[in-house]
Amino acid sequence: MEQVPTPQRGSPGDDSDSDAFHSDATGSVATYTVGLVFALLLTGGSFLVSQTNLLWAPGVSAGLAVLAIAQMGVHLVFFLHISTGRDNANNVLALAFGVLIVTLVVGGSLWIMANLNANMLSPAAIMQMQR
Amino acid sequence: MSAHAGTAGLAGSIPASEAEGTGSGDGPAPVRIVVAYGFWIFLLSDIIMFSALFAAYAVLSGQTAGGPGARELFDLHHVAIETLCLLFSSYTCGLGTLALEQRRLRGFYLCFALTFVLGASFLGLEISEFAGLVARGAGPSRSAFLSAFFSLVGLHGVHVSAGLLWMTFMVAQTAAKGPRPFVRRRLLCFSLFWHALDIIWVGLLTLVYLMGAR
Repeated sequence: MEQVPTPQRGSPGDDSDSDAFHSDATGSVATYTVGLVFALLLTGGSFLVSQTNLLWAPGVSAGLAVLAIAQMGVHLVFFLHISTGRDNANNVLALAFGVLIVTLVVGGSLWIMANLNANMLSPAAIMQMQR
Repeated sequence: MSAHAGTAGLAGSIPASEAEGTGSGDGPAPVRIVVAYGFWIFLLSDIIMFSALFAAYAVLSGQTAGGPGARELFDLHHVAIETLCLLFSSYTCGLGTLALEQRRLRGFYLCFALTFVLGASFLGLEISEFAGLVARGAGPSRSAFLSAFFSLVGLHGVHVSAGLLWMTFMVAQTAAKGPRPFVRRRLLCFSLFWHALDIIWVGLLTLVYLMGAR
């Protein structure tokens, strides 16, 4: 196996290449501009969907959720630089775990509380039982 | 790209056989990558904390206890301006980070001055919204819906305030120490934080304001 020359000073992995420009971690002006344009379009879309009758009324919530998730994806890719690159594998795995937990917390809470609501007796029914 | 920058993930996690062909060794990852990974894990834990408040709001949003509901309270023009402030501040924050990477100090100061002004305008708008609600008798103690609203949106506002404070420290540190590697790593963490606040705002905007004001 070939040995990579390590710098003599500092610990291994230290910023020996500190003067190199890391475009992979900070993106470029073009990346940020494309991200901003996408984000503005999606935000505008959300306002449009919620304020007009463009979408079938019962589908508006679903449409807003889709637009919001799409915009979060745009922010992750263009602003936070989450990508499929080799340096990013750990970040993507951590993100997947975070998404799992968030889904469990939000989805689970809504599910349980909806069930509790459905199983709750109405005040009128309680009065009925007491008689 | 140097030999180090091609190394994937944490130190030595990729076997040598897999690293072949990319021309990179399997030494430890650059500090920059490891620092960003650690900070990313903190951000995810922060987002999980927000998810608990999101769940509470979603469950309680109908429980107005006879008080005013979302439809009467929220002003979408106000919210649209807040959203624009945050989006553009994220953009200028990204450009400022880039400028420091490329040692363009004047661009860095200009971008972060803009980011600060936009962030502060967002915070000012949010404070005026909160003050208006309290003045109308729709404070956090009015109903379960309003308690959930103030804790969720208020926590995001606290994060933005902390971000503004951190931003001033970063600009002062850059002015004092110059664009040295550790300063640039801290600025990278700050920009990740600022962009993550935007992601949380997208969720807030959709769930609280857009779905609420219909």
